[in-house]
Amino acid sequence: MTISTTGDARSPATDLGFLLHKHPERAQRFATSYGDAHVFYPEASPARCTAALLLDVDPVSLVRRGRGKGRGGAPDTALAQYVNDRPYAASSLLAVALRTVFATAMKGRCDAKPELPLRDLPLRVEVPALPARGGPALVRRLLEPLGWSVEADALPLDGQFPEWGDSHYVRLVLTGELRLSDALRHLYVLLPVLDDAKHYWVAPDEVDKLLQAGEGWLPGHPEQTLITRRYLTRRRTLTRDAMERLELARLAEADDSEAEELDNAVDEDADTEEKPVPLAVRRREAILRVLNGQGARRVLDLGCGQGQLVGALLKESRFTEVVGVDVSVRALNEAARRLRLERMPERQAARVKLTQGSLAYSDVRLKGYDAAVLCEVVEHVDPSRLPALEHAVFGTAAPASVVVTTPNVEYNVRWESLPAGRSRHPDHRFEWDREQFRAWADSVAGRYGYGVEYVPVGDDDPEVGPPTQMAVFRTGPAAEPATRRTEDEQGDRR
Amino acid sequence: MTAATDTASPLLGVPDLSLVVLVGVTGSGKSTFARRNFLPTQVLSSDFCRGLVADDENDQGATRDAFDVLHHIAGKRLAAGRLTVVDATNVQPEARGRLVKLAREHDVLPVAIVLDMPEKVCAERNAQRPDRAGMGRHVLPRQRRELRRSMGKLQREGFRRVHVLRSPEEAGAAGIAIEKRYNDLRHLSGPFDIVGDVHGCRAELESLLRRLGYELLRDGQGRPVDARHPEGRTAVFVGDLVDRGPDSPGVLRLVMGMTGAGNALCVPGNHENKFGRFLKGRNVKLTHGLAETAAQLEGESEEFRARAAAFVDSLVSHYVLDGGALVVCHAGLIEKYHGRTSGRVRAFAMYGDTTGETDEYGLPVRYPWAEEYRGRAAVVYGHTPVPSASWVNNTICLDTGCVFGGRLTALRWPERELESVEAERVWYEPVRPVAATGTSGHRERPLDLNDVAGRRIVETAHHGRISVHEENSAAALEVMSRFAVDPHLLLYLPPTMAPCATSSEEGFLEHPAEAFAAYRAEGVSRLVCEEKHMGSRAVVLVCRDAETARRRFGAANGTSGAVHTRTGRPFFDEPALTEEFLARLREAVAGSGLWDELATDWLLFDAELLPWSLKASGLLRRQYAAVGAAAGAVFPPAVAALRAAVERGVGGEDVAALLERQRERAECTWAFTDAYRRYCWPVDGLDGVRLAPFQILAAEGRSLAAVPHGGQLAWLDRLVDADRGAAAAAGREELLRATARVTVEAGDPESEAAAVKWWLETTASGGEGMVVKPLDAFVRGGNGLVQPGVKCRGQEYLRIVYGPEYTRPEHLSRLRSRSLGHKRSLALREYALGLEALDRLAAAEPLWRVHEAVFAVLALESEPVDPRL
Repeated sequence: MTISTTGDARSPATDLGFLLHKHPERAQRFATSYGDAHVFYPEASPARCTAALLLDVDPVSLVRRGRGKGRGGAPDTALAQYVNDRPYAASSLLAVALRTVFATAMKGRCDAKPELPLRDLPLRVEVPALPARGGPALVRRLLEPLGWSVEADALPLDGQFPEWGDSHYVRLVLTGELRLSDALRHLYVLLPVLDDAKHYWVAPDEVDKLLQAGEGWLPGHPEQTLITRRYLTRRRTLTRDAMERLELARLAEADDSEAEELDNAVDEDADTEEKPVPLAVRRREAILRVLNGQGARRVLDLGCGQGQLVGALLKESRFTEVVGVDVSVRALNEAARRLRLERMPERQAARVKLTQGSLAYSDVRLKGYDAAVLCEVVEHVDPSRLPALEHAVFGTAAPASVVVTTPNVEYNVRWESLPAGRSRHPDHRFEWDREQFRAWADSVAGRYGYGVEYVPVGDDDPEVGPPTQMAVFRTGPAAEPATRRTEDEQGDRR
Repeated sequence: MTAATDTASPLLGVPDLSLVVLVGVTGSGKSTFARRNFLPTQVLSSDFCRGLVADDENDQGATRDAFDVLHHIAGKRLAAGRLTVVDATNVQPEARGRLVKLAREHDVLPVAIVLDMPEKVCAERNAQRPDRAGMGRHVLPRQRRELRRSMGKLQREGFRRVHVLRSPEEAGAAGIAIEKRYNDLRHLSGPFDIVGDVHGCRAELESLLRRLGYELLRDGQGRPVDARHPEGRTAVFVGDLVDRGPDSPGVLRLVMGMTGAGNALCVPGNHENKFGRFLKGRNVKLTHGLAETAAQLEGESEEFRARAAAFVDSLVSHYVLDGGALVVCHAGLIEKYHGRTSGRVRAFAMYGDTTGETDEYGLPVRYPWAEEYRGRAAVVYGHTPVPSASWVNNTICLDTGCVFGGRLTALRWPERELESVEAERVWYEPVRPVAATGTSGHRERPLDLNDVAGRRIVETAHHGRISVHEENSAAALEVMSRFAVDPHLLLYLPPTMAPCATSSEEGFLEHPAEAFAAYRAEGVSRLVCEEKHMGSRAVVLVCRDAETARRRFGAANGTSGAVHTRTGRPFFDEPALTEEFLARLREAVAGSGLWDELATDWLLFDAELLPWSLKASGLLRRQYAAVGAAAGAVFPPAVAALRAAVERGVGGEDVAALLERQRERAECTWAFTDAYRRYCWPVDGLDGVRLAPFQILAAEGRSLAAVPHGGQLAWLDRLVDADRGAAAAAGREELLRATARVTVEAGDPESEAAAVKWWLETTASGGEGMVVKPLDAFVRGGNGLVQPGVKCRGQEYLRIVYGPEYTRPEHLSRLRSRSLGHKRSLALREYALGLEALDRLAAAEPLWRVHEAVFAVLALESEPVDPRL
């Protein structure tokens, strides 16, 4: 990156050298923890002076440092380690270098010419490859309120493959009349914020550094929340990634794909369902009504995800045993954390069990329960593998009743936020209309000796039906309608 | 009860798998006796267990915990099939009762050895032991009273053998004779012809035996009384010889003759069991065809009846044969009952696993035990009539309902071939339609979590036992469940491959010389270097048609195969595109004549699917192209700025050197961009997609993994030619791509140099590199399996792996310190698992067996290993 200023005989541009504490006629090298930083002046005249900071990152030592912390093989530092944009992009590493090389200038101190730092200078900052998650638009939102006039152009990924589109790098040119120390502090905070990378170790004293560097401009910045969040959350993400996804990350890597492609079981924000009365809550209420109506006591939550339904079931003492099963270890860990299993009193904890399992395999541990719930699960299974799921649930586990919920694709047109033809979740392998769901459920019920009835969940639209469809399977002769049983149960409770 | 009083050195018979319970008061010499006659590890002493839990062998307060420990260990030993001796007083019936129960739980015989020594002897021995000084005076007399009361009851308590030793001399002289169990015929390896339920169909049995090659011997009345096979084969009858059919006595006469002459073995069916009780005059209902047998028996002599009764009485519930590889019984047997001896084992072997319910025909509902069977031994049985005999999880039911007008079936062992004859007529109307029962075909039943989950050990033929850690199987379970193709079509996952040893050649990290040297060191000299295509590894299963896929692999919905990645994920999101791909490959296979030549309806390929950008586009964009874009943008201004500084004559650090360095770095990054670009091109549907097959892994009934590469490449060349022809005829692009290769004689400098030259040329013109393989494909050396291939990646290609600037000397020198040990070991383990999957597939083993090995490869892929190797 370069910083330029212009001047005249009275205040020569070469004053930049005093401000930066770096002599314009001498090139200097500074050792930083990631490689050498070089400062030199391509031009230095009273009319125009440019200081260049060149960070020569050592990619090999970067990798070895990562490994030294016991993180070899973590997704972002695995295959990506040597093929890494850090040596080329103006990332958080450059911010560290700025602070190392221009520490005094950042503080606004200049012993030789004490009045200089207080002066607004005509500055021009050029960063040829700035990683910016959020693109040029975010760059402008962050820098324009600080008095910069911003020129930000996205760099194409590869001119030879225009269909790949733009990269997340921006060629940035900032111009404005600002104090140099402010300019440096803006860059020091905003480079890593725009970078938003996970693979940079954030030291524990980062809050203090942020307060110092943000003094005078961060409070009152319209994007203050975003800046603070991005600046400080990197560390948490890093440690959690390293803890939870190594095996899956390696499998993704074996396939030349990214860890996120496989490790996507824990992710609720991709749901485009609307907020006011979250459908998930309506679903849980409906499921509880059915289970109460059945008098179920020992319940399986198959595909329990992060344990929301398990939590709801535990709140009712009539459920003496609740088993949450999921194929994702990460989801189970998240569920255990949310339910605070480790701190639960023994008697309470004895009612709940979370275990890894898979509906692609029969599992004798799941035999003999009163009820099994598959809440928004079947649509995550490839159609060719549904017969295995059917056998595992209805053939092997074979509980007295099974509750299955799944989206009603007809209802998707009622969601304005959902583009036409798109499914509600990227991992949905299919979404059924009411007829398809009933055809499947009737066939399963017939083959495995269950009776089945259908219950709408959410507002039952006269034209397209409810947002969620639910099937209640019961063994033996066709049972009474769930709703009536529910009312009786409620009567009993009173 | 044997009272070994008279003989000088009596031998006490003990079955080789039993729970031996020593009974005797304190000081009667149990521990001494046990020490002398059994291995130290076979003997579990209550005193020792007291010591384990309480640091004091005489702490009576710890007795309860001590016995918990003792029973637990005994249980583990018995479950593992090991003779176990319990050294405790066992004078109280409750104590013995718990042990009898334990023996029954593990289906082994409880045996009691009583040391009934004179009280004086015991008292003297206790007095000599200081640690028993604190023992109350009442203890010994009380124990003697308890022993006295017990003596006559031991057999009623369930002990199948009771030996009593009454003096120190007797105890000192007695030895143990380990006896084989009756059902243990592992030393017999046949070959066998196992015959299904005969039910009095004598004529059909004669035909079947003749067809199997037996010569029948007849008595004066022309009745068959024996049959022998000229090659010394042994017939094995699965029981239900009698009832329902036209000539049960005739069948008995023949089978009794054969067993008597050593030409046959026979296990009892439920019908023999009832028939035996009938012969003994018990009150049995003459139902289910017994009435017919009873009537037919009218014409037989008293002597025949007696002989039949003795025969039925002598039958052993099941046999374990052929080194443990074969179990024959009437109604099936779960693995933990194999070779065991208990009432419930006998009942299971004769009646099968019943749920206690009855069906609409009033017949017992049978639990489908075979669906859950996971044992290594093949279980051959009858009992339940099925339309045709077929293997389910290494079990097969041979009752094809001859008496109901079906067939009489036999299985040749070890050939595993079926032979059968049609029933001459319907001899007996079935109560339940035959077709309504039975399982057959490859849609066995879905896999069980126990087949894959948790820490596992997979036995492989070529690399011993391979263990899979729990965290790795957990990850594999998630990927397999959520992303993989249907396991029925997932028959193989490719092993990872180690690179050659690190080269010290200037500018190179990998160089063929290292690969040649490594194989020379293993004693392998005939090598082939195959071009390494740069795309994504793919495994392709192609069937002749959807019907083949359905019949052989249980594929549904018109699927005729699979194209999947190295983690089992489908390559194409659209099933229709997969089918189109398979159709083109199928056309090439047909055109090459390989269906007929390999006598198969399906083929399994190991291949590379191109371009790389097809599957890796996300990674390419986010990682590779991004780095290229950033580097491309940063160097021009940096170089310009430095040049300006140099021109200005800036002092201090050497700016000219810095400029030169940045110029060189810039060139590296351009080379990097060029490197990945070579492996990217646009694809539309199948247009642009290429498949480079490099091995045919399997065909029906055969693993082809050991076919030398010369033969493999010749097949593949024909396939590529056929595809080229078909493509030209149809006016479309070719699908298949040939693999360039050179053969090398390792150790011959000229030959090696030529291969190096070829490698340098191909990699310089954009090739990824090459794989060096033993020409013989499958090679075992002095240290076991030899690596099936070693990769030598090109200098430019490695920029994609080690970063754009890895060739700079200061980086290269550090990158050379890479450790290959784990990668090599992983490569061999995965290779062995892959071979195992293919072998199991070839032997038509049950799906879970193939899946176990395939799943283990996936699990191992999640082990931590340097991903750049």
